[in-house]
Parts: sequence; C-alpha cells; structure tokens
Amino acid sequence: MNELLARTALDLAAALRAGEITAVELTTACLDRIEALNPRVNAFLHIDREGALATAAEVDRRRGAGEELHPLAGVPIALKDNMVTRGMPTTCASKILEGWLPPYDATVVDRIKAAGLPIVGKTNMDEFAMGSSTEHSAFGPTRNPWDMEHIPGGSGGGSAAAVSAFMVPLALGSDTGGSIRQPGSVTGTVGAKPTYGAISRYGLVAMASSLDQIGPVTRTVADAAALTELVGGHDPLDSTSLNAPVPDLGQAVARVAGAGRLEGLRVGVVTELSGEGYQEEVLASFTATVDELRGAGAEIVEVSCPSFDYALAAYYLIMPAEVSSNLARFDGMRYGIRVEPGEGPVTAERVMAATREAGFGDEVKRRIILGTHVLSAGYYDAYYGSAQKVRTLIQRDFDRVFADVDVLVSPTAPTTAFRFGDKIDDPMAMYLNDIATIPANLAGVPAMSVPCGLDGQGLPIGFQVIAPAHADLKMYEVAALVETLVEDVASACPAATWEETL
Amino acid sequence: MSRISTDEVARVAGLAHIALTPEEITRIAGELDVIASAVAKVSEVATPDIPATSHPIPLSNVWRADVVGPTLDRDEVLAQAPASEDGMFLVPQILQED
Repeated sequence: MNELLARTALDLAAALRAGEITAVELTTACLDRIEALNPRVNAFLHIDREGALATAAEVDRRRGAGEELHPLAGVPIALKDNMVTRGMPTTCASKILEGWLPPYDATVVDRIKAAGLPIVGKTNMDEFAMGSSTEHSAFGPTRNPWDMEHIPGGSGGGSAAAVSAFMVPLALGSDTGGSIRQPGSVTGTVGAKPTYGAISRYGLVAMASSLDQIGPVTRTVADAAALTELVGGHDPLDSTSLNAPVPDLGQAVARVAGAGRLEGLRVGVVTELSGEGYQEEVLASFTATVDELRGAGAEIVEVSCPSFDYALAAYYLIMPAEVSSNLARFDGMRYGIRVEPGEGPVTAERVMAATREAGFGDEVKRRIILGTHVLSAGYYDAYYGSAQKVRTLIQRDFDRVFADVDVLVSPTAPTTAFRFGDKIDDPMAMYLNDIATIPANLAGVPAMSVPCGLDGQGLPIGFQVIAPAHADLKMYEVAALVETLVEDVASACPAATWEETL
Repeated sequence: MSRISTDEVARVAGLAHIALTPEEITRIAGELDVIASAVAKVSEVATPDIPATSHPIPLSNVWRADVVGPTLDRDEVLAQAPASEDGMFLVPQILQED
C-alpha cells in the first residue's frame, strides 16, 4: 500500500499545505487503490477519476499561486450514494435511479467542492439506506475489509469499508437508525451522527426525514471533527437546519488528546443498552473501556432509561411511515426508470405500479407497505400516534439522565460483524442490530462510535458516546479521550497490508 | 393470528402503487406479521396522558422573501426524464377513456 494512505486526513492536509506532497499525487494514490480493490470490496458504486484529478490539479495550481485555501483542500473524500451530486450518478443503490444524473448539488457537496476536496466517488449502501448489512444494495453487497465473509454494516457499509480499507481518508454517511455508527463499529472506524439539524440535509435523498442525519466516517476522532466543521452549520435551503455556528470541535479534540484526561467528567452507563442480547466479547471490551475512563478520572454512574426498551418498536412504526411518504416521489414520471405494464392499458397509475415493482428491492417494498399500512385509516392513532408518544418518553429519559451526567455510553452494536446471509431473511433479527443506536435518532441527540477493541476472531468492536442535544463538543471530547485510552484499532485492519496488485 | 392479511397487503400495495406478485404478497404478509407483533409493544406505554412528539427539535416555519431566484436548468432536468416533449414531461395517459 502507498504509505500516504495510512496517514490521517489531518496529517495529509498538513503535508499538502507544507508542499511535501501534491493533491494530484495523493488523489492518484487513492484512485489507484480504489480501482484495484473495488472489484473485491465493492465499496464504490461510481468512481470519478477525471473529476477528482481535475479538482486536485486546480488545488495544486491555486496553492502554488499562493492562494489561501481551506485547510483540508486537496484531501480526497467519498460520499454515500444518497447525496446528490450534479452530473455525477446518484442511485441510492436502487435500480429505480440507475443512471440518474442530478441537476443540482446537496449542500454538503457544495461545501466540499468550495473547499477543494477531490470527490473520488460514491459509496455503496443498502437501497435507500434501508438495512444494517449493505446486503440490500441493488448492485451487490460490500465486503468487510476485516473479513470478506462478513458484512460491513449498513446502510453505510460502502463508506465504512472505503475508509477502513485505506481507499480514502474521509467519507460522509447518513444515519437514520445507526447507519453511520453501526458500520463504524463493525469496520473499526469512527462514525458520528451530530445533533439533528447540525448538518444540512438539503440534497440528501430522504428516507425518514425526522430521523435522517448526515455525518462523518473517518479513522480518527480528530478527522471526524475536521470534516464536521467543514460541512456543518446553518443552511437556509434546509428548513430543519439549526441556526447556530459549528463549535470548534478540532481544538477541543486536540486539547483532550494532549491532556489524556477530562476533569470532572460524569459518564452514564445505560443499563438497557449493555446487557441481554449483547455478545460477551463486546460487553467485555465495553467494560474494559469504561474502566479506562474511570482510571482517567471520570466518574461512572449506572443509569436506567426504561423507555429505551420501546425504542426499536417505535422506530419500526415511525421510520416506515416516513419512508412510504418520502419514496412516493419515485414513480417513473420525472426521473429514474419507467416501466410499462406487461399487458393491459398503459395508464400513468399502472406505469407507476409497474415501475415501482421493478425498481424497488424487497426491503424497500416491505417498508413502504408497512408504512402505508401504519398511516392508513383506522391504524394511524394506534400505531403512528402511539409511536410518537414513545418518542416523548425517550426524550424525557434522556432529559432526566442528562441532568446528572455529561454523556451516556454503550456498545455501539450488540455484536461484531455477522456473516453474509445470516439475518437477511429475518427482518427482526436484522433490526435488533440497531437497538443501541436508535434512541439517539428518535430524540435527535448526537452520538458517535469509536473503535475500542477486537473480538476473538479479530473483528472490531465499537464504543458509543451519546451527548445531550447541542452538546456535540462534549461528545467529541469524550470520544477523543476514549481514543487515547484504547489501542489503535483502525490501523490494525488487515487491509493495511493488502497490496493493490493482489 | 396474522395481524396483516394478504388482502390487506394487496390493498396497501395498491395505495402505494406497487404491483406486487401473489408470491410477494404472501411473503410480505408473513414478514410484516413479525414486525406487527413487535410493535404491539408500543401500546403498552402509550397512555392518553402522554403527548406525541413528531420531531426531535422544535420547528418553526421558515419563510423566504417572495422574489424570483435562479431555478434548475430546464433542459438539464428534462434530460433525466423517462420521456419529454416540447419542454415538458411526457407522461402516460392519466384519465381512462370511459
């Protein structure tokens, strides 16, 4: 592997600014590795060599001319394929959007382009971000670089695999019920979901609008902070965007990493998220990390959030209801594929039905049907209304415990990466994988996953830090502390020794 | 007892404009039943005294000035449509002849 690819995004950014390397050199190294490994890993659905190299060359030219550029200018990045990119294919890993070239850029894409980060391509995902394993992609599953027989998590398995396999130092994902954090956990990468509204969702193809958030996927906490500072902040194009400046996350992370302590820190261990149903090795690694935090001066408090036991059930009513509404726009009329019925009259209604039958995969159909059922007359109050009440209870639980502690911690996922096919025919088993990540989405609070160890098979384990709404800074501080206290997991990925010519 | 029948799946598929095959209807009914059983749990705690929360953060309406601004390029948009004619989307017949 080219030695450049083992370095962090911030290291690379510093080397670029110092003139030790060029953006073209770095971007070429990334693209060469992506093109060599992608046939095996399938982390990318689209690779844009020409566009990325053009951006890199422009950054080199401007830097050479003495222009003041964004600190991350020239550092390559990958985007989950549900963020629209003008003139670059955006499919959401669905056949219904195969070949679609969006006529505009998402706000995050706009900001990345303005800062001069070469976009190397679009990453694989579960179709329309529905799944926990990236097995529901219409274009084939992504493989976990830690063990190719295991899933890379979902729905952002492509972004997580791309970063963990050293194909690219930075990626963006989206998190509706854990789709950044759970892939982060099973691929040994850092993944963060900010406070709802902290990063614009304009141009993110919506799955469940009251839950979706864009966030960073990286190998270090400091890189995640830098990327969040770049793409975060108010966006007038998104009516749910928070009107608040992005905190100085990078400075806070550097301070904590330097000190190795956080004075007066109170950490809550959530009883409901660290017991039954969790793999023994996951719990052991989690407990060891909590002990490290205690050793670093943190006060550890056991807290109970009884309503979390109802979060999964509430999520699986609210999410499909919003899915059925959001995905109504894919009807074969204005963009995407159009399929005519095999027989009978060719009417708009019959074309829509035939297009959606042919264009959507099984998991998407399953969730649209459930959501339409949940919202239909006679069921709305009992199902959707009740689920929204659980959301109130979860928010109250968070408010109550955050009065006593600064952050909550738990394992990110109940198990390490499972094998392909193990859960694909059992929706509830698949959904249980998101049990620890969902409460944060329902309440809109920030949460992130940091690698904390390996299981007996050498597969990574993730440690989740949850903070109160708008306290993203505190979350980053604690994540940075965890990172200094545990062994470096990301660099231990077997992909570090893969040669591009294999 | 199944909570979501095959008839209900077929009815809902019609509302959702998805032309499922009979095999898909049977399979999805079985799968949704598992989920429906799990979500019955929600009613255990959703008592009348608890208000519903529709969104994680308080939202207020966002207005912009009512002025003409840039729009998407028409040709670029129509180039991505399944069919277009005379600068418009071309769609199948909407009304039946009868």
